[in-house]
Amino acid sequence: MDKYIWLIPLLPLAGFIINGIGRNALPKAFIGFIGSALVLASFGLSLAAFFQVKESGQPINVTVFDWFSAGQIKVSFSFLVDQLSAIMLLIITGVGFLIHLYSAGYMKDDGGYGKFFAYLNLFVFFMLLLVLGSNYLIMFIGWEGVGLCSYLLIGFWYTNPNYADAAKKAFVMNRIGDLGFIIAIFILIVWFGSANFADIFGKAGTKDFERAPYTVITMLLFVGAVGKSAQLPLFTWLPDAMAGPTPVSALIHAATMVTAGVYMIARSNILFTLAPDTMNVVAIVGLATAVVGALIALTQTDIKKVLAYSTVSQLGYMFLGLGVGAYTGAFFHVLTHAFFKALLFLCAGSVIHAVSGEQDMRNMGGLKSKLPITFWTMLIGTIAISGIPPFAGFFSKDEILAHTFMHSRPMYIIGVLTALCTSFYMFRMMFLTFWGKFRGTHEQEHHLHESPWTMTVPLGILAVLSIIGGFVNLPESWGGHQSLQEFLAPVFEKSTKLLVETPLASGTEITLMGISVAAAILALVYAYRRYVSSGHVPVSDTEQRPSLANVSYHKFYIDEFYDTIIRKPLDALSVFFYKIVDKMGIDGIVNGFGKGSIEASKGLRLLQTGNVGFYIFMMVVGIVSILMYIVFKV
Amino acid sequence: MDTISHNIQAVPLNHYLLLCATIFSIGVIGVLTRRNAIIIFMSVELMLNSVNLLLTAFSVYRGDATGQVFVFFIMALAAAEVAVGLAIIVMIYRNTNSIDINVLNKLKN
Amino acid sequence: MSTFYFIAFLSVFFSILVITAKNPVHSILYLIITFFTFTIHYILMNAEFLAVVNFIVYMGAILVLFLYTLMLMNLNKESEPHKSILIKIVGFIAGGCFLATIVAALKALHVSQPVILQNPGLGLVKNLGGILFNEYLLPFELSSILLLSAMVGAVLLATKDKESKTA
Repeated sequence: MDKYIWLIPLLPLAGFIINGIGRNALPKAFIGFIGSALVLASFGLSLAAFFQVKESGQPINVTVFDWFSAGQIKVSFSFLVDQLSAIMLLIITGVGFLIHLYSAGYMKDDGGYGKFFAYLNLFVFFMLLLVLGSNYLIMFIGWEGVGLCSYLLIGFWYTNPNYADAAKKAFVMNRIGDLGFIIAIFILIVWFGSANFADIFGKAGTKDFERAPYTVITMLLFVGAVGKSAQLPLFTWLPDAMAGPTPVSALIHAATMVTAGVYMIARSNILFTLAPDTMNVVAIVGLATAVVGALIALTQTDIKKVLAYSTVSQLGYMFLGLGVGAYTGAFFHVLTHAFFKALLFLCAGSVIHAVSGEQDMRNMGGLKSKLPITFWTMLIGTIAISGIPPFAGFFSKDEILAHTFMHSRPMYIIGVLTALCTSFYMFRMMFLTFWGKFRGTHEQEHHLHESPWTMTVPLGILAVLSIIGGFVNLPESWGGHQSLQEFLAPVFEKSTKLLVETPLASGTEITLMGISVAAAILALVYAYRRYVSSGHVPVSDTEQRPSLANVSYHKFYIDEFYDTIIRKPLDALSVFFYKIVDKMGIDGIVNGFGKGSIEASKGLRLLQTGNVGFYIFMMVVGIVSILMYIVFKV
Repeated sequence: MDTISHNIQAVPLNHYLLLCATIFSIGVIGVLTRRNAIIIFMSVELMLNSVNLLLTAFSVYRGDATGQVFVFFIMALAAAEVAVGLAIIVMIYRNTNSIDINVLNKLKN
Repeated sequence: MSTFYFIAFLSVFFSILVITAKNPVHSILYLIITFFTFTIHYILMNAEFLAVVNFIVYMGAILVLFLYTLMLMNLNKESEPHKSILIKIVGFIAGGCFLATIVAALKALHVSQPVILQNPGLGLVKNLGGILFNEYLLPFELSSILLLSAMVGAVLLATKDKESKTA
C-alpha cells in the first residue's frame, strides 16, 4: 500500500490536467466521468490505506522526494497517513466523489462545465495534500491551494461582479489567517529545527523544550484556523462564498476546506494542550461564533445563507470542542458535519435547481410532493443537524456539549441554547420550503421537477451516512464502545495524558442528552407552530421588522462594521498615499529628475555652440590640460 | 657631405625639440585664429611637418632608421589626407559658396 | 652649426607669416618657403631621401594642389572675414600655453646631448629602401591601398552628383 499513497493526491491532479486542457474539446459526459472516476479511484486507495492503518495501528509514512534543504533544515515531500488523516482522506474523497457525481447533473447546462470539473479536481488534490502532508510546509501548500481553489470556485460565475467580489473577500480574509499560520510555521522551525509533525510533536512538552513559546505558536496557528474555518471575527467571507455553485458550497464550504482549521488544530493537539490560554481562547471564540452564526441564521431568507450561517455555527461548535479538549468530539463533529451539511447543501441545490435558480425561501413552499426524494433526504439532514437521536449530529454535538459541561457550566448553557436555535432555524427552513403552498411565479411552478439520478443518488447515500454516521462513536451509555475515540487514540495520546478528565457519571450523561434533545424538540415544535400552523412567512425586505430580528437579518451589521473601521480608514489612507505621497512625493521626485535634466541640458546645451572654431579651441585646451597634468605631476 | 653633416654635430637635441614645438604651436595658433578653411588646413600641415622634422632628428640622434621610415609613411598619409580634405573643402565651397568655417554650424540645432 | 640656427630662424619666421598673411595665396607661398627650409633641415641631418621626398611631395604636389584649389575657387582676394580680436588673443594665449607646457616638459627631461650622426648612410635611399622593403613591406603596400582609396574618395567627393546637377 505504501507504494501507492502518492497516487491518492495525484489522481485528482491528473483529472485537473485532463479536464483543464480538454475543457472545451472533450465531451461533457467524458469530463464528468473522468472527474468523478479519478476521485472514486482515490477513494478506493484511501479506503485501502485506512484499513491498513486500522489493522496495523501504525501510521504510513512515505517520502516521495526530498524537497529542499537549507542549512540544518531538511524538508522532504513526504506523506503521512495516520488515523487522523486516514479519516480525512475518506471524507474528502468519499464526500468529494458524491459531490462530483452530483455536479455532473447540477452543472449539466453550464457553459463552464469542463472548467468547473477541473477546479473541483484541483481542489480535491490540494485538500488531499493538506491532510496527507507529514510536515507543516506540505500542509501549507495544500492550505494555500484550497484557498486558491475556493477563490476560483466562488468566483466561478465571475461575470457577476458581486460574485467576483465575494471571491476576493474570501481570498483576502483567508490571507489574514494564512499570515498567522506561516509565522507560526517559522517560529516552529526556529524552535524545533524542523517542520515535521513527528519531530515537533515528539519534542513538544519534553524537558528541553519547556520554554518554547507554545502560547504564541498556537495563537498564530489558531489565527490561521480562524481565517480558513470562518470563525469570529473572520467569518463573513463564508456566507458570501455562497455565490459559488451549490456543489462548491457543499464540498468546500461545508464538508472539507472549512474543516481544515479543525484538522490542523487536531493535528497540532499536543501544542494546544501545552497552551491552556490558547485553549480558552479557542473555546470562547468557538462558542461566540456558534452563537452569532446561529442568531444570524434565525432570520435569513436565502436558503443557502441559512445553511452558510449554520455552517459557521457548527464550525464554532467544533472549535468549542477543540477548546475544551474534546479533540475526538470535535473531529467526530467534522465527520458527521461533512455528511449532513454536504447533504443539506446538495438538497438545497436540488431545490434551487427545481425552482429555476430561485434561492429566496419566501418564494418557495409546498415542494414536499413535487420533490419527494429531496424532501426526505433533506429532512434527514435537518434532523441530523438539529441533534435528534439517533441521527449523526446528535452524538457528535452531544459529545462536545458533554465536554463543555465538564469544562464550564455557563458555556454549556450557551451551547445548549445555540443548539436550540440550530434546531429552530433548520426546521424553519424546512417548513418554509416544503410545507404550505407554492409562493413562487406560475412559470416556476410549471417547471418544478425532481432532479436527475446523478443528483439524487448522492443525496441518498449521504442521507444514509447522516443517519448511521453517529454510530462510529457510539457512547457507552448507548451500548457502544466509542470506536472512533479508540481508533484516534494514538493521535491524541500525549494530549490525553496531560488532560486528565473525570469521566461523567452515566446518569449525568443521560440527563445532558435529555436536555439537548428536549431543546431540539422544543424548537421543532415552536417552528412548526409558527411556520406551518399559522403559516407565517418572513416579511419582504421593504417592510419593517422587529428591531432584534432586524439586527439578526442584517448579520449584526458586521460587514458594515468592518467597512467602517477597516475599509474606510484604509480607503482614506490610500487616498492620502495616492494624492500626497505618490502624486506629490514619488511623482515629484521622478518628474523632478526629468525636469532637472531638462534644465541642466538647457544650460549645458549652450556649450554646444556648433561653432567649429570653438570646438577646436576646446580641443586645444584639453590637450594643454592633459600635458600640464602629465608634466607637473612628475 | 661630410662638411654638411659636420655642421649639425654640435646642435643639441633640445634645440630641435624647441624648434619643432615652436612651429607646432604656430600651427595651433593658426588653426585657432583663422577662419579660412584652407589656411586652417595649411596650419595642420605645418604641425604635421614639425613632427616629421622631430622624428627625423630623433632618428639621427638614436642612429635608427625606423624614424625616417615613419616620416615617409606620414608623408604618404598626408598626401592622402590632403586629397580628401581638399575635396571636402571643394564640396563645402560648392554648397555654401564660402570656406568660412563659421558657416559650418549645422551641428547646432 | 650656425647654419642650423639660421635655417631654424627662417622656418619660424616664415611659418609665422603663413598664419598671419591676409591673402591666402601669399599664405601658401610662405608655406612653400617654410617647407623648403624643412628640406634644408633634412639635408643637414643627411636624410637625403626624406629631403627629396619632402621637396617633391610636399612642395611639388601637395602645396601646388592647395594653390590650385585656391585659384579654382577664386579666393585669392582678401575676402576672409576677420575674427574678433578677442578670439585671436585667446587663440594666441592657448597656443602660447601649449608651447610653454612643452618647453616646461623639455626642461623637466634634460635632453641636451648633441645630435651626432653616427652612421652617415642612415638617411640614404639605399639604407632606407632596404628597411622599407624588408621590415616595413606590409605597411608600405597598405599605404598604397590608402592612397588609392583616398584618390577614389577625393574623386567621389569632388564630383557633382547627378541629382544636384539636374536640380
